[in-house]
Amino acid sequence: MENSILKVENLNVELDGEKILENLSFEVRGGEVLTILGPNGAGKTVLLKTLLGILPYEGEIKWAPGIKIGYVPQRLPFIKDIPMSVEEFFQLKNVSEKEINPSTRAELGAGLVPHRNEVSGAGEILKSIGLGKEILKRKIGELSSGQFQRILVGWALVSNPRVLLFDEPLAGIDISGQESVYNLLEKLKREKNFTILLVTHDLSIVYKFATNCLCLNKKILCYSTPKELTTERLSQLYGGKIKFYEHKHE
Amino acid sequence: MNSQFFLSLISGIFIGGVAGYLGSLMLTKRMALVGDALGHVALPGMGLALLFGFNVSIGAFLFLLLGIFLIWLFEIKTSLPMEALVGIVFVASLAIGFLIVPEPELLEALLGDISKVSFEMAITSVIFSLLIFFVIKRIYPKMILTNISEDLAKSEGIKVKKENFIYLLSIAAMVALGVKIVGSLLVGALVIIPAATARNLSKNLKGYSLGSLVLGILSCLFGSLLFKITHLPAGPLIILTSTLLFLISLIFKR
Repeated sequence: MENSILKVENLNVELDGEKILENLSFEVRGGEVLTILGPNGAGKTVLLKTLLGILPYEGEIKWAPGIKIGYVPQRLPFIKDIPMSVEEFFQLKNVSEKEINPSTRAELGAGLVPHRNEVSGAGEILKSIGLGKEILKRKIGELSSGQFQRILVGWALVSNPRVLLFDEPLAGIDISGQESVYNLLEKLKREKNFTILLVTHDLSIVYKFATNCLCLNKKILCYSTPKELTTERLSQLYGGKIKFYEHKHE
Repeated sequence: MNSQFFLSLISGIFIGGVAGYLGSLMLTKRMALVGDALGHVALPGMGLALLFGFNVSIGAFLFLLLGIFLIWLFEIKTSLPMEALVGIVFVASLAIGFLIVPEPELLEALLGDISKVSFEMAITSVIFSLLIFFVIKRIYPKMILTNISEDLAKSEGIKVKKENFIYLLSIAAMVALGVKIVGSLLVGALVIIPAATARNLSKNLKGYSLGSLVLGILSCLFGSLLFKITHLPAGPLIILTSTLLFLISLIFKR
């Protein structure tokens, strides 16, 4: 398929002997916003991590060659314990560069590791996340949750990615912060036409923002446009019977 | 100043500095008490070294390697938290130490003795301190990122297991050096207190890591000078100096 950014086929993930993801197959094209929905423990975060290449899996994950991925993780509870300025946090990007050889780069689905010379200027990144340069000297621990979330997005943008992976970007942020982070996502999408994969519980995002949604509970329960995401399907996903998939050791 | 005291002072300053620096990393990893525990793990090795007349740090290091290996092995076998496993290994080591080491050596192992530092010992302390310092400096940003989020670090291509292994080895080497200065009972303080003080005073990572290093040096320097004046045991004096600096930092806390 032309313009395919990501193709997943028969993806299976098993952690500590427990099946987390079963036979996932889906495809993401350039410029799409795919939201991943599902109850707690459905494997949403695991799916993102697997796509990033940091968890073992069976099956096939094919990223478009040379594509760069920016990852915005769910929560970083420990960061506030570390006395660190925003600028220093950005300097942590690229620290591993020297250790990565081209073959692991390819193995990781390529593009997870940026080249130093491709790092865009701090000013430009701060502008795109709607923050001023004065924030660079601030202590990370003193930021509001909304500001911190923006910094995380900015951190992912440093490597100049084409794809962004978000894990619940609005969780734990107050309402005004949520609004601003949401507006940021929309702005990034509009201005740079990122392809976005987004795990969320927030259905308003799905209806306003997504081009496709994937309902996940170990297996793919539905894969559709937001319009086709009916109440029936949602209750099936969240409230309905949750099947227990038995796993037999051999 | 006599040359014996000078040798003690030099060893103390280098070891204190690198202990503080490494401590700043351990504090961000919530491993502040690990140094303490490992100090006790080193005890049987130190006792044996004193009994058979070889370098205390070598004895300590061998037992530390064994201890870390056991902790790692237990961690694979059970799902108990790291903390509990460290606890088991450290009290067991303590018990073994008490059984096999005769009393005079035991006291020296527990409290350390900087008055006996030989020229060779001082040289090895300086060399190993520098070596550990440069290793830590190299892995520092990667460890910080790993402490913030292992997933984020992995997604940046950092080999977390490898870095962790280097980090643990550095801690073992540092503890092996530190026990000579302040003894196995107090070595933990060498890593915790300067980092805690620096955290009170710093607003960024650079200030924090450098501050820990400088405070580690200052504690050993002033503590050793106090030892020279008062002839009280050096280890406790170094730790109390460090504690005093910590109390002062509370006043200036940012």
